Amino acid sequence: MDLSEINFAVLVASLIVASTPLVLAALGELIVEKSGVLNLGVEGMMIIGAVAGFIVGVETGSAYIGMMAAAVAGALLSLLFAFIILIMQANQVASGLALTIFGLGIAALMGHPYTGIKSPQISTISIPILNEIPILGTMFFQHDLIVYLSLISVLMIWYFLTRMRAGLILRSVGEDHDVAHSLGYRVITIRFLAITFGGAMAGVGGGYLSLVRVPQWTEGMTAGAGWIALALVVFSGWRPFRLLIGAYIFGGITILQLNLQAIGVNINIAVLSMAPYLATILALVLISMSRFRGNRGAPGCLGISFVKTV
Amino acid sequence: MNKKTENILFQCTGINKEFGSVKANDDISINVRNSQIHALLGENGAGKSTLVKIIYGLLQPDNGSMDFLNKEFSPKSPKDARAQGVGMVFQHFSLFEPLTAFENILLGLDKELGEKELHESVVTLSESYGLDVNLSSFIGDLSAGERQRVEIIRALIQKPKLLIMDEPTSVLTPFECESLFKTLKKLASEGTSILYISHKLKEIADLCDTASVLRKGAIVGEYDPKKMTARELGEIMVGQSLFEPKRPVATNKSDRVLSVKINEVKPDTQFGVTLKNIDLEVYQSEILGIGGVAGNGQEELMQILTGEKKDRSVSIKYMDYNVEMLNPRERREIGLAFAPEERLGHAAVGSLNLLENSLITDPKKRFQKKMGFINFSELNEFTNEIIEKFNVKTTGASALASSLSGGNLQKFVVGREIGQKPSLLIVNQPTWGVDALSAANIRQAIVEIANTGATIILISQDLDEILEISNKVAFLTNGNLSTPTNTADIKTDEIGAIMGGISV
Repeated sequence: MDLSEINFAVLVASLIVASTPLVLAALGELIVEKSGVLNLGVEGMMIIGAVAGFIVGVETGSAYIGMMAAAVAGALLSLLFAFIILIMQANQVASGLALTIFGLGIAALMGHPYTGIKSPQISTISIPILNEIPILGTMFFQHDLIVYLSLISVLMIWYFLTRMRAGLILRSVGEDHDVAHSLGYRVITIRFLAITFGGAMAGVGGGYLSLVRVPQWTEGMTAGAGWIALALVVFSGWRPFRLLIGAYIFGGITILQLNLQAIGVNINIAVLSMAPYLATILALVLISMSRFRGNRGAPGCLGISFVKTV
Repeated sequence: MNKKTENILFQCTGINKEFGSVKANDDISINVRNSQIHALLGENGAGKSTLVKIIYGLLQPDNGSMDFLNKEFSPKSPKDARAQGVGMVFQHFSLFEPLTAFENILLGLDKELGEKELHESVVTLSESYGLDVNLSSFIGDLSAGERQRVEIIRALIQKPKLLIMDEPTSVLTPFECESLFKTLKKLASEGTSILYISHKLKEIADLCDTASVLRKGAIVGEYDPKKMTARELGEIMVGQSLFEPKRPVATNKSDRVLSVKINEVKPDTQFGVTLKNIDLEVYQSEILGIGGVAGNGQEELMQILTGEKKDRSVSIKYMDYNVEMLNPRERREIGLAFAPEERLGHAAVGSLNLLENSLITDPKKRFQKKMGFINFSELNEFTNEIIEKFNVKTTGASALASSLSGGNLQKFVVGREIGQKPSLLIVNQPTWGVDALSAANIRQAIVEIANTGATIILISQDLDEILEISNKVAFLTNGNLSTPTNTADIKTDEIGAIMGGISV
């Protein structure tokens, strides 16, 4: 084994790419959870985004149009979830799980004819001057548009949640929907919007997987990324910047294990592949052991159905 | 009734509202005049809350009409009502605990206002009406009085012409009540009319210009509270004569039931109170009242007494047992019973029905048959007896605890604990949010079990209640408990000093 075979700058650059689907999906779920809804269907929405994005990308020859289709597909699937839990008042956990199973199944069906095809390329946008900085340039300033967009989204969502009135209203709905309702805020509408946004973000995350990161369609290609995104939201304590850091840590572990496999480290491949998932479990356990339980930013009404009572 | 329409700010005529088969409001008409504090008086379930929710746009009446500022008024939503000049302060605060006071005020506004501008107007308001509040603190860390001030500021910032206050004093200490009354009187003198909902007769006499009395959803009449005694008003409100419970006569001193010694117990959170130097002895058939302003250690003391919090440094001796390391269930098994202040979450499980709530607090396995089967007939009988005896308004024993109003659930919880026939009953705020007649009922029941040999520790912020039924009184100040004194020996002017932490 020779660790010097691993190029650090390239490693960081590829971990950013590997983490971007997680960042996007988790950011969406963060907004959904801040509105008081727990959508366990992230995995399902991601894979629908992945397959829809790939199909449209291949058919139109444009990865960007594919990416938009991914967003629309994720949002559409999430609308189904929103209808079930907001209008029909179904249990959120069960509905979310069903959404994942449904998404995985329908994606496999839709994607079958597209297995093994190569997707259209997405171009890298090098940021002038900055990309010439040694090492840092390679790490951060030679990525595609979606990576930059994901970083801007982190900033925008942070600003939205902490600095804008609309963000405050969203949080207030998630903290106590009865109070929000008594003040005259439209709980159901706000949650509908949040869920749709979350679906679109998960869809883009999935589209990024099939169009950029892999880039091709294979059945079940999200491979648990949706679940990691869900864990990331908890890990971050519902804070956007921590979420970004968390996503890069998990992305880093994924990339590192691939690199370690590539250079032939003497560890069982199965153990290495397990690493990101083990890290997820470990992070969640550590967090729930922390003394600061109960005050970690979990919205007060997370996962509770809103029943209009006066 | 005064028919001078030019002086009338708000008027409703023939308001009807039914929920299923229940007539919550039956042909209600009231007039609120300019610059007046108008009381809406009635027991729990008399229809006061329904009426004000209609005025505030949270409910729509089945029929009837309203006039406000000489225009027809039919708000479709709270937002609509606020825009037209009606503000409301809720009984159960509609505040977001994890958000700051300032954010809460911001959320109550219908239009976006510059933060600086809003900050300034909030500061001006709080100064001119004596509404002290730290705007950057989280609601969860504020006392009930402070929370209410946040609510009032939030309502006032929209400059309402009519301000509805829904049982504002039910969670306040006497001192906080006084400062609230000052604020309300000042508001009224400056032209804001106040619709003041309460079932506390004394404060209505002190504060209000007019009182409309509601009973079973209908208006009984309009009265001048200044010209009537509290008793007269109370009897109109409940439709029958009120009784006063008799204080029990404590028996000989030798039968000590409980002794508690606490050197120091630190709180679990940084906002809690440290209990210090508590040395307490209670004898058989005695009612010990523990008074004091909220947030001086009542909660913490209750947790130590119930066993929700265990601490090795504490010594609690009950009869011949050392109970300090026993959990609540084990304490119940040897004859203690508790009614904590928080009805949902501590005293009852909201998502279980009343039968189940009776079952889970049954330490003596009274409702259990052989092999662990539930004895439903016993359980039904027990639960229905409580519902009947304590006048719990509910659809039946199989109603969810969370479906009961606060006051009714309180009656159920206290009734259930008394029904255990405990040797030692520890209650915290037993009549909080309970109407006058039922409160008198609860006190009477407490006195009755004391007369049959039970010992009671009554923690309450209602000074009148403590003085009315306790044999001995002690006060909590900043985690310290004063030495218990015979109620008969204590002078009212001393109480203020003790509660203020000055020893007498």
